[in-house]
Amino acid sequence: MSTSTQTPAPGTRLDGAALRSPIDWKYPIVYGVLALLTLVFMGLLGGSSGKSTTFSFAAGTDLFSIPPLTVASQPTVIAAGIVLVAMAAIATWLATKRESPGIWFPVVFGVLFLAAFLTWAGADTGRIPITPLLAGALALSVPLIFGAMCGLVGERSGIINIAIEGQLLAGAFLAAVVASALKNPYAGLVAAPIAGAVVAVILTFFAIRYWVDQIIIGVVLNVLVVGFTNFMFSTVLTQNPEMWNARQQLPVLPIPLLGDIPVLGPVLFRQSILVYLMYIVVAVLYVALFHSKWGLRTRAIGEHPKAADTVGIPVNRNRVINTLIAGGIAGLGGAFFTVGSGLAFGKEMSAGQGFIALAAMILGKWNPVGAVFAALLFGFARNLGNTLSTMGTPVPSDLLLMLPYIVTIFAVAGFVGTVRAPAANGKAYAKQ
Amino acid sequence: MKLELRGITKRFGTFTANDSIDLVVEPGEIHALLGENGAGKSTLMNTLYGLYAPDEGEILIDDRPTTFSGPGDAVAAGIGMVHQHFMLVPVFTVAESVALGYEPTKGGSLLDLGQARQKVRDISARFGFHIDPDAVIEDLPVGAQQRVEIIKALSRDAKILILDEPTAVLTPQETDELIEIMRQLKSEGTSIVFITHKLREVRAIADGITVIRRGKVVGEASPESSESELAGLMVGRDVHLTTDKKPADPGDATLLIKDLTVVDRVEQVVVDDVNLEVRRGEILAIAGVDGNGQSELAEAIIGLVEPRAGSISLDGTDLAGLTVKQRLLRGIGFVPEDRSTDGVIASFTIQENMILDLYDQEPYAKGLQLQPAVIREEAGKRVAEYDIRLTSIDDPISTLSGGNQQKVVLSRELGRPLRLLVASQPTRGLDVGSIEFVHKRIIAERDSGTPCVIVSTELDEALNLADRIAVMYRGRVVGIVPADTPRDVLGLMMAGVPQDEALARVEDGSAATEISAAEEDPA
Repeated sequence: MSTSTQTPAPGTRLDGAALRSPIDWKYPIVYGVLALLTLVFMGLLGGSSGKSTTFSFAAGTDLFSIPPLTVASQPTVIAAGIVLVAMAAIATWLATKRESPGIWFPVVFGVLFLAAFLTWAGADTGRIPITPLLAGALALSVPLIFGAMCGLVGERSGIINIAIEGQLLAGAFLAAVVASALKNPYAGLVAAPIAGAVVAVILTFFAIRYWVDQIIIGVVLNVLVVGFTNFMFSTVLTQNPEMWNARQQLPVLPIPLLGDIPVLGPVLFRQSILVYLMYIVVAVLYVALFHSKWGLRTRAIGEHPKAADTVGIPVNRNRVINTLIAGGIAGLGGAFFTVGSGLAFGKEMSAGQGFIALAAMILGKWNPVGAVFAALLFGFARNLGNTLSTMGTPVPSDLLLMLPYIVTIFAVAGFVGTVRAPAANGKAYAKQ
Repeated sequence: MKLELRGITKRFGTFTANDSIDLVVEPGEIHALLGENGAGKSTLMNTLYGLYAPDEGEILIDDRPTTFSGPGDAVAAGIGMVHQHFMLVPVFTVAESVALGYEPTKGGSLLDLGQARQKVRDISARFGFHIDPDAVIEDLPVGAQQRVEIIKALSRDAKILILDEPTAVLTPQETDELIEIMRQLKSEGTSIVFITHKLREVRAIADGITVIRRGKVVGEASPESSESELAGLMVGRDVHLTTDKKPADPGDATLLIKDLTVVDRVEQVVVDDVNLEVRRGEILAIAGVDGNGQSELAEAIIGLVEPRAGSISLDGTDLAGLTVKQRLLRGIGFVPEDRSTDGVIASFTIQENMILDLYDQEPYAKGLQLQPAVIREEAGKRVAEYDIRLTSIDDPISTLSGGNQQKVVLSRELGRPLRLLVASQPTRGLDVGSIEFVHKRIIAERDSGTPCVIVSTELDEALNLADRIAVMYRGRVVGIVPADTPRDVLGLMMAGVPQDEALARVEDGSAATEISAAEEDPA
């Protein structure tokens, strides 16, 4: 779950000799703790001897089906534990040589640890359904991904957007109300981005016109949206729920053929239009940001607005436009809470996802693809917590529900490596 | 293309930055705009480039009046500008930087970087720039970044190129290369407006000189004028370009720096195994192009950065582990490089700024209580002693000019008995008069027996002040040479050439710079 640092040739001197920098013990310690946890507590003392765990992959109408995989719990966990301990030893050895392994190392370690954990956790119930686990993870990631894309477009152009949370909530609210009033979930989908953009209008008005600190205005906007939607919910929406807050759900539109691939099909291609829109938004943003005129200008005004100004690029106009587009994206993400999931609007239903989206953006290093993977990681951690606590595993469910937040803290605090925010992020640009 | 400015006036509030300025640049002319910092040169050029709108006056291009509502219009009219602080996005490649704002596209709005790369290669080949279109800006040395800026301007068919203080960040050799580029541009018919306050360069390259002072044109001069004539015109009175000083009478070496290594936040070595000794009663100047570890060395001495290896000792005690405050109380005076952010607190009053480091010490404080009467009296004395021009010591220090702010900083740092003075860029951005004053005070401090370390990127300042000069390049001390070392040798050392080789190259004449040749011309 970590990526290597982007420091150019650390410790290089004039003559090329390496400087003895202090040994970085952070990674070996984390690897070691996790490996021992696996080997000792889940393996040797895990109490799963003689039990077995079955991983099932099927989900209805697959092209061909993958047979369930059954393994003996304890030997599998112990075997994985031994490999993990060996990997931790390699990491330690590399650390003393002041080298760092490639990006594959933490990925392999993470997957292996996860497999061992699932084998151990599933030993009592006997069955781990992989497809719903992944599908649920994607579902929980949808608002995160939209939110992270919103944050990314803003920050790449130099506007810090803390109001993603509020934009998600506003999107969820307006989508529910419009869909309910017009009895059409697609109408909600059209309304949601407008709600997000309206929040963005207030953000840009204060941040760009009056140079109000962007973090403060963002926080205030979150409170404002919560207050407004709570008020509307307890007055209009509860008085006439049939009219204003009836459930509407976007239908699932399976993609022929792709939707029939085992595991991947049900997870990725039997979704509503909102999720397909998400794929498009991510792909378009990636191409636009790094390969289009708009992207070059956006990155320039986020890094060095004055340089952009001297070549005739209207900095603040571009910032306003980008923040509004970003607001629309976040609003669309909010729609997932209501019309996307077939739920009625509820108070504060965005539940802090906007902030996790910001964390995903940072962990993804302000890159759309990186942010998607980070968001998927958070979504997976959250879904794993939910799944395991309903399955009744040996770990207390309260601890499991903390999982996504623990992952967030670790991810953002220690494992991001060197990240560099856009240089002019959060700084108002004023012409003399 | 002929450029003419007529009666350009630009006001900021009640302050008139440009007062009815007239300027004519003929086609293919290199025209120098000479003036001190704050004389209004940059304001004038920003007006010409469309960044500011003039309050009065007009701009004529080929005798046709023109107005610019933004830099885009200026560029379209054939004006290119290389700003003093480069307008380059550090994380962009060269090709992206050149494309920005004038993006070649394919298939609608997708970037066609191939076209931008080709443009960079073409211009680079035409002028022998050796710029790789895929290099990332922040990895390039400043000289190369400047050439990228020139490529940017030329790629937009600039017929008039404005260079704003282009040599401030260059070594003497890089300056020579720039002068060569300017000549080549001129021979292709490009007019150049060259903004500077460095007299030598003006005499080396300019065809015509306009001198401005306090926002007004005070005269035209020919490149044959002597340096002191130009300086007199620029400052408005006779100036002494060198400060008289007695030969140093050095005592024991009290500051010892051994094997000092400092790494920055991203693990780059910025000070690399530096060994220095500074004796009582001498000035050691640290020369070098900006960004070669001098600032970090100074910060390591005062304790703002923790060295990775090595030791610093003063008067026989190791400074390792001492806080900045403890070091100050041991008698280290520190003049920081960036006056406005590290030297003073802009919103504090002048008298408060005078006691920033001693606010809790006798006699300025007793217990928890400040002693306003003592502070006021002391501030009054210092204002007289350092000739600080102010309205009231209760005004915020931001109301003072740069020179007077620096005098406040000096009065604070030199106002107590010192065991060591460390001054980083003590005269950066000051007018000639203030520079003279600061230099005199530093020499007086030396004469009282204090070891002094002066970091300066201005070679003139190092030569003027120092008893010995240590030249730094990429974190290392290339060599420590006496103050009468020829400029060319120092210039080569600033580019990393070892002392012996630099001496040899200068002696066989293969490295004489045009700048130093200009110096030797009979005035």
